Formats: sequence, structure tokens, C-alpha cells
Amino acid sequence: MSTLNSAHLSGGRRLAVKYFIVAGVLFLAQILFGLLAGIQFVKPDFLYGILDFNVNRMVHINAMVVWMLYGFIGSIYWLLEDESGTEIAGLPLGNLAFWVLTGAVTVVVLVYLFVQVGAGNDTSIWLINEGREYIEAPRWADIGIVVVMLIVFYNVAGTFAKGRWSGISGVLTLDLIALAGLYCAGMFYLTNVTQDQYWWWWVIHLWVEATWEVLVGCIMAWSLMKLLGVRRQIVETWLYIEVALMFGSGILGLGHHYFWIGTPDYWFSIGGFFSALEPIPLVAMVVHSIYDAGVHKFKNGNHPALAWIIAHTFGNFLGAGVWGFMHTLPQINLYTHGTQWSASHGHLAFFGAYATINIAFFYLALQQWRGNVWMGGALADNGWKWKWSLALLNVGVMGMTVALLIAGYEQSFIERAVQGSTWEGYFAAQNHPWFRQAMVWRLGMGVVTLAGLVLLIWDLLTIGREETRTAPVIVETVGQEA
Amino acid sequence: MIENTPAWASATTWKKVAIWVTGGSFVVLILLTFDSLSKTNPGAGKVPSYSVINREIDYRLDEQHKHYKPVIGKDAPLFGKALSEQEAEALVALGKKTVQAKNCINCHTILGNGAYYAPDLTRSWLDPNWRSPAEREALMLAFLKDPQTNAVTFGSGRRMPRLGITDEEAKGVVAFLKWMSAIDTNGFPTNFKTINHQED
Repeated sequence: MSTLNSAHLSGGRRLAVKYFIVAGVLFLAQILFGLLAGIQFVKPDFLYGILDFNVNRMVHINAMVVWMLYGFIGSIYWLLEDESGTEIAGLPLGNLAFWVLTGAVTVVVLVYLFVQVGAGNDTSIWLINEGREYIEAPRWADIGIVVVMLIVFYNVAGTFAKGRWSGISGVLTLDLIALAGLYCAGMFYLTNVTQDQYWWWWVIHLWVEATWEVLVGCIMAWSLMKLLGVRRQIVETWLYIEVALMFGSGILGLGHHYFWIGTPDYWFSIGGFFSALEPIPLVAMVVHSIYDAGVHKFKNGNHPALAWIIAHTFGNFLGAGVWGFMHTLPQINLYTHGTQWSASHGHLAFFGAYATINIAFFYLALQQWRGNVWMGGALADNGWKWKWSLALLNVGVMGMTVALLIAGYEQSFIERAVQGSTWEGYFAAQNHPWFRQAMVWRLGMGVVTLAGLVLLIWDLLTIGREETRTAPVIVETVGQEA
Repeated sequence: MIENTPAWASATTWKKVAIWVTGGSFVVLILLTFDSLSKTNPGAGKVPSYSVINREIDYRLDEQHKHYKPVIGKDAPLFGKALSEQEAEALVALGKKTVQAKNCINCHTILGNGAYYAPDLTRSWLDPNWRSPAEREALMLAFLKDPQTNAVTFGSGRRMPRLGITDEEAKGVVAFLKWMSAIDTNGFPTNFKTINHQED
């Protein structure tokens, strides 16, 4: 019998699991509110006037952004002491920041649900809802988020400075500066909607298509060393290649959001060209993870975590890379911009790139929390729960993605190309049987996703509980000779 | 092994490449940002000054560039009252803040960005749904203040909820939408037939 025991964990890792627990709760909230919004597409009167679509959709996407940030912060705290070779620099401060952030998130969500909207003035923007997609959190919370991120940064930079630096920690630290700094680009009000959206994309795009990608590159590099025993030199060389390709394509790839918002038309060429290159680093990540796993003959100490790492590289490539590329050139984007195409891409990209790797870290954490238990093959119940939850979550999200893609095609043709995007054209597309069927399929696949998540949570609570074996020792081995 | 790694595959080489590529891209982005911001000030380029709400606005195919462009016409003050640039900006700002505080973007899209549960608002001022230019202002105000009674659903069953929008806020929102409809968005949305086109 292996119980969850914090005595098995270092200070930094005890802090990490707190972040992971809240991440899990918010992941569940994301899926539940997504389902409510999905039901409203099929039955528009459902909860009308009580929890309208805009509220459900806002909680759906905000819970997603926040649980992913919690997962990232948790993952960073998880690897921090191991990578630096010393104790975390400011554990009490880190704990305080965790509780402040969690309290703030709770208040923000309660205000979203029970206050919902305010009058058209600055007070509403400061206290209720900023009304800008993905970063709706009111201004007071923005300031809190920045303070908390500074504390996280202090812990990261301080711990590495106290212990030792490495390629991974150097990239991670610089990336965190960019990540926190970019958030400030979303913290001011502008009447000019063109410039408003210009800066808004600095936060959204330069987070999810640049700094978040590099962040997961760092934590994937570390996890491959720990899971497979890949040599540090190999993962760090790959990490530098990924950074060069990711920032080389992603920073100016920002231009693909500047086609239609009133910005100069040179963004057509710059945005089209650089965003078309954005899938390349994601191919590199697939090659890297699969090659390393193959070279080490898949011998590893945590099967669910490695499976989710591989799901991450494929999901990232397909969702962010392929689905993004499909509609990134302005010649097609003129018709797909602002349709369910974007929703299709968004679902697969956020899940594939970010949900997956956070789940991998949940498993890494659970293994140590129970005292470094066995999580390889031949688990007590043959590991059916982790395998089925992996399958259900991937099938569910892929199913939603394809349903939304069909809706997006239909909308692009009927609303945009044929009817010229008038309101009548919009509703002609929304009322079309192809669209309606797609929304029913999306809802069904959303239920499959929820089933996968419930199973995942059940598995995380129970995996390794009855285990008496300890995990095998993974030693760093030299490339091909492993 | 390690000592035989060629320079092009070494960590040191790629570290330098990563630093230079990242730094270079960022510098280019900063330069382009200065340029784009200077060209998107109201009245400077594709973004009109706020007092454009005193004028008639249309959206037509530019035959030379083969894309749709806003066309600014004769005087047509919003709600019958010509405003100075400052007054117009204040009214548009009230509308913009209302659009944010009422969380419009989690159902609608604005310049194509947002949620996909309700129509795009970029050219909503010009939408044929408002029957005729003469009836438009009154219909828009009535709809914004009581979207439940004045529901526009086109048979979809999706109704906008009551959001407690006041008279002044509704006027602000209409001003914001009229101003936004005059932004040159490089042809997005394409093939849009305006309320004026219906009368042709």
C-alpha cells in the first residue's frame, strides 16, 4: 500500500502538487462549462437569461488558460530543485503567492458567474470583466497575476542562481521574463479597436504561439531526461534548435493576426510567410521525442507520463501546426477568419500542445508523491484506467475538432463566400443541416471528453495505491548505445 | 561521440543561432510595431477619425484592388447631431467600454475576433437587417436596449439576452459600430452587400 505522503516530496515539489490540484479542478470546470456552451448551440433556450452563452464560454476559455498556467507553474516548481541541485529560494513566499492567486481566481470566477456584466465604464473593467477574449479577468486581477508571476520568477531565477545553471534553466528563465512581460501588453484600455486588438494579440499570440511553446519545450526536455535517461547534451541541443525555429517563425508569425484589423497590408506577406513556417519546430519536437523514445527502446519509469509526452508532440504538431497552417495564408483566411475553423484549431491546439504535457506532469508528480512507486508495465489492473482515459480524451477532442472543422468549412462557404457575411448569411450558415449536425456531434464528443477526464481523475487518485514495487532507476545513457 | 559532434549539430552553435534569431525577430517586430501604430492612429490611414460618425458610410468593391473598402460619403450626423472630434471620441469610447463591460465578444466577433455564437459586428452598422438607413438608428437602439422583445434570430432560436444597456450606452454602442464600419480592414469581410446596396 503506497499512500500519498508529502514527506516523499521536497518543498518545491509540495508547492508544485498544490498547483497541480487546482489545475485539475479548473480542467474539470473548463470541460463542464464547455459542455453548457455546447448544449446551447444545440438548444439555444438552455439556461437562457441565467447562464448565457457568453458567460459559459468565458468561463470555459478562462478556466482553460488558468489551469494551463497552473500546470506550467506546477511543472516548473516540480523540476526546479532537481535541475538546480539546491533547495527552492523562497518557499514561504511561493506558498503565499499560490494562495493569493487561488483566492483571486475564485473571486474572479464568482464575479463572472453572479455579476456577469457591468455598466459601460472603467469601474466594470477594473472590477467585473475586461471584456477582451481570453484575458477577461478584471484589471485588479491582472495586477495580482503580474505580482504572482514576479514571485514565481524570483523563485526560479533565485533558485538557479543559488544552485547551478543549465541550458534548460537558462532558456526557461529568459522565457519567463518574456511571458510575464507580454502580459502587460494586455493591461490598458484603448478606444481605438485596431490598436486594442494589435496589443491584445501580443499577449495571446506571443503567449500561445511563442513563449508557451518554448516553456513546454523546456519541460519536455527535462522530462525526457528523467523518463528515458536521454543525455543532457542531446535534449539541450534540441531545445536550442526548437527555440531558434519557434521564435524565428512565431514572433513575426504574429502578423497572421494583423490581416483584417485595420493594420497596414505589409502584414499579409510577413504574417503569411512566417506563420507558414510555424509548424517546422513542432515537427522537430515530434522527431526529437519519438527518436529518443525509440533509441531507448521505450524503457522508462512512468508509462502514462511518456504516453502523454508522445501525445503532446503529436497533438502539438497536428493541432497547432497542421490545423493552424491550413487556414493561415490570407487568401484562405479571408473566408475562414472568425468562423468555427478557428474553434476547431483552438480545441486541438490547446489540448494537443498544452493539456497533454500538463497531464504527463500530473503522472510524474503522483509517482513521487506515493514514494517513487512503479508505474511501468504490468500494473495491478493492467493500467486500464490510464489507457482508456488517454484514448477517450484524445478521441473526444479529435472528434470535437473534426465536427467543428466541418462546421467551419460550411460556414466559410455559405456565410462568407456565397452570402457575403451579412447577418442573414451568418444565420443561413448556422441553420444549415450540416452545421446543426456538426454541433450535435461536437456535443457528443464533448461528453466523450468529459468521460475521459473523469476516468483520468479517478486514475490519478488511485494509480500506484496498491503498488509495492519501486520505480526502476533510469540512468543517463549515451544515445545510440542504450 | 561528443567530441565528434560537427559544429552545425553542436549545442553551442544552436545556442548562438537561437539568441540571434530571437533577438533579430524581436527587433524587427518592434520596428514594425512603431510603424503600424503610427499608421493606425484615428485619421492616419486605414482607421478613420472618430468624427466619421458624422458622415455617411458605405462599403464597396474597389475595382482596382479587387477588395472591399469603406467609402465615406456626405454629411449624415448620427442621431441628427454633428459632433466635434472630441465629442465623437467620447461617445465611441462609451460604446467601446459598454461592448467590453457587457462581454459582447464572448458571443460575437469584432473585426472577426471573438466567439462564434452570434454574427460578426465589423460591418453591423451597414447590415441589411436594419431595413433602411432611415429606420436603422431607431431599430438598433431598440434592439440593444431590449433584444428579447426585438429579437433578431433568423429562425435560429438564438436570442441576445437583456444586458441592462441604458439609452446613453446604446447610443455609444451604435456610435462605436458606425465608426468601426469605416475601418479599412483590407477587404474583410468580402462580398458584403450593405444596407445601401439593397436600395440600389
